[in-house]
Amino acid sequence: MKILVCISHVPDTTSKINFTDGDSKFDTNGVNFVINPNDEFGLTRAMWFKEKQGASVDVVNVGGAETEPTLRKALAIGADNAIRVNTPAVDGFQVAKQLAKVAKEGEYDLIIAGRESIDYNGGMVPGMLAALLDANFINTCISLEIEGNKATAVREIDGGKETLTASLPLVIGGQKGLVEESDLKIPNMRGIMQARKKPLNVLEPEEAATQTEAVKFEKPAPKGDVKLVDPENLDELIDLLHNEAKAI
Amino acid sequence: MSVLVYTETEDGKFKKAAFEVASYAKEVAGGDEVVAVSFNAADTSELGKYGVSKVLNIQNDKLNKFNAEAYADAIKQAAEKEGSKLFVLSQSANSKYLAPLLAVHLNAGYASNVIAVPESQEPFTVKRSAFTNKAFNFTKITTDVKIVGLSQNAFGLKEREAAATAEDFSPELKEGDFTVNVESVDKAKDKVTIADAEVVVSGGRGLKGPENWGMIEEMADILGAATACSKPVSDMGWRPHSEHVGQTGKPVASNLYIAVGISGAIQHLAGINAAKTKVVINNDPEAPFFKAADYGVVGDAFEIVPKLNEKLKEFKAKNA
Repeated sequence: MKILVCISHVPDTTSKINFTDGDSKFDTNGVNFVINPNDEFGLTRAMWFKEKQGASVDVVNVGGAETEPTLRKALAIGADNAIRVNTPAVDGFQVAKQLAKVAKEGEYDLIIAGRESIDYNGGMVPGMLAALLDANFINTCISLEIEGNKATAVREIDGGKETLTASLPLVIGGQKGLVEESDLKIPNMRGIMQARKKPLNVLEPEEAATQTEAVKFEKPAPKGDVKLVDPENLDELIDLLHNEAKAI
Repeated sequence: MSVLVYTETEDGKFKKAAFEVASYAKEVAGGDEVVAVSFNAADTSELGKYGVSKVLNIQNDKLNKFNAEAYADAIKQAAEKEGSKLFVLSQSANSKYLAPLLAVHLNAGYASNVIAVPESQEPFTVKRSAFTNKAFNFTKITTDVKIVGLSQNAFGLKEREAAATAEDFSPELKEGDFTVNVESVDKAKDKVTIADAEVVVSGGRGLKGPENWGMIEEMADILGAATACSKPVSDMGWRPHSEHVGQTGKPVASNLYIAVGISGAIQHLAGINAAKTKVVINNDPEAPFFKAADYGVVGDAFEIVPKLNEKLKEFKAKNA
């Protein structure tokens, strides 16, 4: 089985979010970039398929050279090859187009992407990729088993979950649950050393139109101070929630 | 030019999100018509109250269970039949599943997590949440056909005087639409989901163990709320994963979020930031949650919550 894991290069969860150039660009100054958490759950599941079922695992990112350390980290975790499509990620559709080309040429059986990146939260790349490939698609996937050509997956739905089956090739929108957080692998020294020698192929992009454009950003207005209520006077809390916040 | 909306049903009945996308679409459409697409809806007339003038109700037993590919194909055919240039859907798990498929089929630009009516129609620019609610992003959709995914509770309901006429619509579905099959569904009946809830009551590690969740569930019962929990709580198995809210869990966009014994890690706060009013009950006045909350009570949850539940019961009895 050939697996492709799509990796987004995102600011880590504790990063300060600021913008530059008249609030039109994310300020990367002092920001530490990581593998998108939703992708990392998928990557770790892919490692399981590698160890238990002999799958090969490639990772791919669409972005400039600055994303290579993130791809190297994925190699250190255990991926076999990395591919970087050398073009900035502009919108979901353009990224999906680039990924579709890589996926088609590599003839992958299973493609795992995170359900969304934690920066733009677009949540559209996995589905668009599946549609472009005319492959089966399962989103918000929290469990995945593959036997031969058949996948059994559990998808999170509002208020519960459902079990689905589909044949390969399959695209997964993955998230926590594919593996547990405690199963995530921290690269060890041997992995890091090996990753330096593993192939990281840089591909030139194909022409792809964009459909959307992020024109500007805005930070939420600073929040007022919390109103503290005396634990002996909970009537006040109910009054505030009813009359001021109109929340109950 | 009509605006098309996907009005979701559950057991044949429209969900609140259906009324919200209809209300929003009518606001955007102005004098133009709003047309709804629904699957096996029992009574489509309700949609009129929210500005829909025509409902394409697809009746097909093969579509009783949600199927992203088949639903996307059917909606695509509805959009082409109506010649709609704008399509609006909610951000429920199902809508988020089908939207990108539909976007490719319609060659439409898609903006997700939209929280307001378009800032401008020409160019078409919408405000959406990004960076897990830590920022907003104005996105311009540059394609001829556009898809807007409206965040739950972002616009609310707006009643209007209109009558919805129902029209049978039978899209042609292909075999290829049914290659992902639902084998079983595991869903709590008669329980408010976090996605649909007006109020969410959430517990953290401060509750010390799963046996202490009775008072959280009681508060949820009184308020008609969904129950939720912080990440450590679901990691330790005190509560099911489906209740985990935060950056890697479910997002919360309810009107009211009550956090009990949750300190407020940055990942947790990111996931619940879109809730309109936030209340924290915690014995540590230094807990970061107090900086994110609107109202706070410093003290022992085991004393405060039972008292608060009694008072909420009285309040509900008076204001029923």
